[in-house]
Order: sequence, then structure tokens, then C-alpha cells
Amino acid sequence: MFVLVAGGGKVGSNVARTLRRIGHEVTIIEQRRDRFAYLEEEFEHAAIVGDATEIFVLERAGIARPPDLVVAVTGDDEDNMVICQMAREHYGVAKVIARVNDPRNEPHFDLLGISPTVSATQTIMALIEHEVPEHELIHLLELRKENLEIVEVQIDKSSPSAGKRISGLKLPTGSRLISVMRGGHAEIPDSETELQVGDQVLAILEPGKEDELRRVLLKK
Amino acid sequence: MKAIVVGCGRVGSAVAKKLMKVGWDVTAIDENEEALARLGEHWSGGFVVGHGMDVNVLREAGIEDADAVVVATNGDNTNIVVGQVAQKRFGIECTVVRILDPARAELYATLGLRTVSPTSTAIEVVTEAVKSCSVKPLRAPAAAS
Repeated sequence: MFVLVAGGGKVGSNVARTLRRIGHEVTIIEQRRDRFAYLEEEFEHAAIVGDATEIFVLERAGIARPPDLVVAVTGDDEDNMVICQMAREHYGVAKVIARVNDPRNEPHFDLLGISPTVSATQTIMALIEHEVPEHELIHLLELRKENLEIVEVQIDKSSPSAGKRISGLKLPTGSRLISVMRGGHAEIPDSETELQVGDQVLAILEPGKEDELRRVLLKK
Repeated sequence: MKAIVVGCGRVGSAVAKKLMKVGWDVTAIDENEEALARLGEHWSGGFVVGHGMDVNVLREAGIEDADAVVVATNGDNTNIVVGQVAQKRFGIECTVVRILDPARAELYATLGLRTVSPTSTAIEVVTEAVKSCSVKPLRAPAAAS
């Protein structure tokens, strides 16, 4: 696979290095001279110096071939958006991955149809939510293309669903319980499974159904 | 008619003043509070301090009922993104985006953005100015490629 990596900081250089190690062809673009000097030692002619949002720089890096994948991981969200957009819409690159530096910019990436995106802040927040049980509904995974998400809830004493069979719950349409973890063991539940206090339940649902699901499982 | 000008530098502030003069209701946005001074002492339009990438700032400036948006910050890529936010998210059909790089300006024009590249204009004007001098080139003009 031929991969173009835009941005040669810690993220970009490590992505490029790993891809090369497992046998992929990589070009990496870095604007800063000092960083480029190191990259050039390692990647030789596969390191390109320049602004990766400049068309002639992208073309020197082989964007017109086009690459199988473009990874935009500069420290600037606008740049990452423009790189991905030009790659996809002008050069026909089939797959792009973008780094989101400021999570507040996530809606802009969505608006421009740039997906998937990776945001360190959001990953950390998801991990924190997972560790802090007070957050009642934890987002584990977002399947953007499928328009589905997987959430986790913990059933406690006050939950209206405790002691009830799944068939007796009025789960919102577009949602389904996919796993019940009890005493360290996870099981795939069926309609006869009875929820108990302490259960950790995974559900798959369409975004926007969270409140309905929360009401059925967690509170009146 | 209501216009929003994002980026109140040399270009943005002058455009804001011109539109104001011809009867538009104008609100300018700039990250820097001092940019207000560029609009002159008698500025009667709006001014919001903030970044154009921030949707709340755009809303505060009144983008939801704007008829036109001009994007002219000093960052081409910022302008490209903010321009598309105005056009696609807020549905402002008359969104004009200043892009210094002629290549990106041309590319985004094909993607449906109303782009203006002052650099392209400068290239043409300067070349014409040289041609209009009374000096003649030594070589015959190269065949058009």
C-alpha cells in the first residue's frame, strides 16, 4: 500500500516508521526545517519538506498517483481538513484519516465529510468516563459510517430495569442489548435474560436514542 | 442586507467599510480586539472578538440571518474551512473567500466555493504593467503552450 503522511511530528513520524516497517511505501511531508532534517536522515527521498496544503508539495509527494491512504496529522486542524478534502475530492484518494487537535473542531470535520478522525482529547475523555462510574452512560465506540454507537451502562439498585427480563423492557427501536457482564463474565443476552443489580450492559444504538435508553435502563 | 466579515485586517476592514457605505448592515469578526481600530472612529456596525472557526462567535455576529459572508483572515486554510462552514452549515449562498494561493483558490472554486485570489490579480496586473512599458523584449514571444 502507498501511504502519504502529512505532518512529521511525533504522531506522523511514528505512523510513517511503523508503516514502513511492516512493508508499506510511505512519503512523509514536514514543513519545519529542523524536524525535516531528522526525517530526511531516516526516510531519505521519502521525506519531503514543505507545506502539505500547497498543491505542488502534495504533488511532489505523489498525491496524483494517488496514494491508497492519506494520513493528515499536522498540529493544525484547518490544514488537516484542507489536505484531506483536496486529497479526496480533487485527487480521488479513496481513504483519508485526519487528526483532530481541538475537539471543538470535530463538527467541521463532519461537515466536510472527513472521516475517520482521531482525537487524543476525546480518546482520553472516553477512557476517563469508562473509569468513573458516576457517568451513567459511557460511549465506548462510534461507528460513524454505520451511524451506530456502542454504549455501556451499569445497572444499580435504583435502575427500573433491575430484576426485569429484557423482553419486558420497552427498549427504544433502533437499539439492542448486546452483552451483559456479570461477575466478570460477559454473555450475549437474549429476550429471557434478566438484568440484575451490578450488571454491566453493552448496547448498540442509533445516535440520538441515548436518552430513551437511559430512561428505560437507568431511571424513571 | 446583512454582511459578516471574518478577519478584520487590511482587506477585511476595508471591505467592511465599503459595504457599510453602500448601505449594508455589517458585523466584523477578528481574534484581535485592536483590529476594531482599523474600522475607524465612527464605526457604527458590529464587532465581535473571536475566532472564525468558533461557531458561537459566528452566531454572535449574527450569521444565522446574514445575507453575505466575507472570509479574509490571514490564513488560507482557515478561510477555506470558515467559508465552507458559512456556506454549508449556515446556508449562506453569497460566501466570498479570500485565498492568497492561486492554486488552492482555483481548486476550491471547482468545488463550489466563491473564491477570490488577490495573488492571481496581482500577477496579472504586474505583468500587464511591465508589458505596457515602452521597453520591448529581446526575444520573440514563445509559442503559446
